[in-house]
Amino acid sequence: MKSKIRIASGQGFWGDLLTAPVDQVTKGPIDYMMMDYLAEVTMSIMQKQKRKDPNLGYARDLIPLIEKILPICLERNIKVITNGGGVNPVACAEAILQVARRLGVKKLKVGVVVGDDILDRIDELGSHGMELKNMETGENLKTVRERLQSANVYFGAFPIIEALRGGAQIVITGRTTDTGLTLAPMIHEFEWSASDWNKLAAGTVAGHILECGGQSTGGNFSGDWRSVPDLAHIGFPIAEATPDGEIVITKHDRTGGMVTLQTVKEQLLYEIGDPRQYITPDCVADFTTIQLEQVGPDRVKVSGVQGKEATKFYKVSMSYLDGYTAIGTLTYTWPDALEKARRADEILRTRVRDLGLEFEEMRTEFLGYNACHGPLANAIQEPNEVVLRVGVRSPEYGAVERFGKELAPLILTGPPSVTGFAGGRPKPSEVVSYWPALLPKGAVTPSVQFHEI
Amino acid sequence: MKIRLQQICHARSGDKGDTANIGLIALKKEFYPILRTYVTAERVKKHFEGIVLGPVERFELPNLWAMNFLLHQALGGGGTKSLMNDAQGKTLGSALLRMEVDIEEEVLLK
Repeated sequence: MKSKIRIASGQGFWGDLLTAPVDQVTKGPIDYMMMDYLAEVTMSIMQKQKRKDPNLGYARDLIPLIEKILPICLERNIKVITNGGGVNPVACAEAILQVARRLGVKKLKVGVVVGDDILDRIDELGSHGMELKNMETGENLKTVRERLQSANVYFGAFPIIEALRGGAQIVITGRTTDTGLTLAPMIHEFEWSASDWNKLAAGTVAGHILECGGQSTGGNFSGDWRSVPDLAHIGFPIAEATPDGEIVITKHDRTGGMVTLQTVKEQLLYEIGDPRQYITPDCVADFTTIQLEQVGPDRVKVSGVQGKEATKFYKVSMSYLDGYTAIGTLTYTWPDALEKARRADEILRTRVRDLGLEFEEMRTEFLGYNACHGPLANAIQEPNEVVLRVGVRSPEYGAVERFGKELAPLILTGPPSVTGFAGGRPKPSEVVSYWPALLPKGAVTPSVQFHEI
Repeated sequence: MKIRLQQICHARSGDKGDTANIGLIALKKEFYPILRTYVTAERVKKHFEGIVLGPVERFELPNLWAMNFLLHQALGGGGTKSLMNDAQGKTLGSALLRMEVDIEEEVLLK
C-alpha cells in the first residue's frame, strides 16, 4: 500500500482556467487529477446538446485537454477522474479513445460510470411509489412532469473505485458528487472500509476543498486579497492523503496563489448548509469537527474529521423548462447619470404597460450604484456613469421577445448621453429550473463499463 | 465603539437554488465570541431587509472561528430563473461585512 497519494484538482467548473490541469500534471508530482465540470443546470444544457446530436452531451473542453495531457499522464501514470461525461459519458469515452489513437497510444483503458440518468424511468419509478417530490418545497412532480429536461442521480465514490480496480487510467462519469471524485482514489489506494465513516468523511472534506479549484488557493479570497501572490499563475489545490485519513492541502512549488488557514476556511464554508450534516451518498461529514493547522508554507493539515453513516437515499437532480427571460443594458454618463437611468427605466415601463405586456417579474438594477448590495449600498452623489440593467421573465415567449425590442429605441427617444447597445436586442433565453428530490438507493444501480485500445 | 465586520472578519458566499449561504470567519480566534454575541440570525435578517425575503438560519463552527448563515429566498428565484445580476449571491458575503456592531473597546483589544 502506498504511504501517501497526491490528488490534484484540475477544474472547478465547466469554463474554468484551461491551463490549470496542464500545470497540475507538469509542474510537480501527482498521482490523480480530479476535474469537476457539473453545476446544477449544466446537465440540462448537455441534455439539449445531446438531443440535437446523439454524440454530444458531455463537457467538450475535455477532449482537447486530454489530447494535451494524455502523453504525460501515461508517462507518469497519473489517473484522471472527472464527471465531465455529463449526460453522455460513453460518447465522451469514445471521443477520448479517438484522440488517443490519433496520438499513437497503444494501450488505454477508460472506465465509464453509467446508470445515473433516470429521465426515461421517471414514470416507472412513480408507479412503484417513488414520487420524486421536490425535497425543498414538497411539490408533486406532476406539476412539471411534461417540462422535465433531465433527471440524474448523484452517485458517490464507489462506482469510480470499481473503475479504478478494473485498471482504468481515466474514469468518466455522469452526475457524480464533486467530493466523490477526490474520495474515490483514497478508498481505492488505502483499502478503507465502506463503513469507516470518519475516514470517508475526511476524504469528503478534502473533496470539498478541491472541488472549486483555485477558490482554496487564493482565488476569490475576501481576506487580505492584495497579499495573494501571482494570481496570474495560480496553482490549483492538491490533497496529500495518508492511510490514516490525514490530509494536507497544498499546491505545486513555483506557482502563484497561496494555501493558508484563511483560504482553506473560506472554501470549507462555500455553499454548505448545516455544517454538522454535510450529506453525500458516501457518508455524512461533520464540518464542526475539522481541525486545521498550518504545517508549512502553503501546507494546511486537515485532521480530526468525524463522519456518520450514509443515508439510505440518493439525491436526484432534475431540471425543467420554466419560461423565458430577457435582460438588456444601457449605459448613461455624467452629468446626472443615475437620474437619467431612472428616467429611462420609467419610460420603458410606461411603454411596456401601454403595449399590454405582462411579466411574472420585471427587475431594474443600476450597475455602478446598487445592483449587488441593494439598500445596503452607500448613497453616491454623482456617479460618472451608471449601467441600467432591466430584465423580464414570463411563461410567454412572445412577451419576452417583444420586450427585447423596447430597449434600443430608448437611445434616440429617451434621456441623453447614453451608449452601450452594441450587443443588439436582448434575445429570450429559456429558464431551466432545478428540481431536487430523493430516491431510495435500491432503486438504481450504477454500473461501470470499460472502453479500451 | 462601532466597528464594521470587515475589520474583524472575512467572508465567502454562494448559492443553492433560491437560498444563499454566507460563511463568516473571524480573522482572529479572539474575535469569534464577538460574532457569537453580536451577529445573530435576527440581526443578519434585519441587515438584509429588502434583500432576503425568507428566514435566516445561523450555524456555528467554533473550530474554524466561523459561522454559516443560510439566507432563504434571497436570490430572486435562483438559478437561471433569477433576473439579478448577482443571481448566485456571490457578493452577499461582502454585503454582510458592511454590518456594524457596537462592541466594548476591551473586546477588540483582547
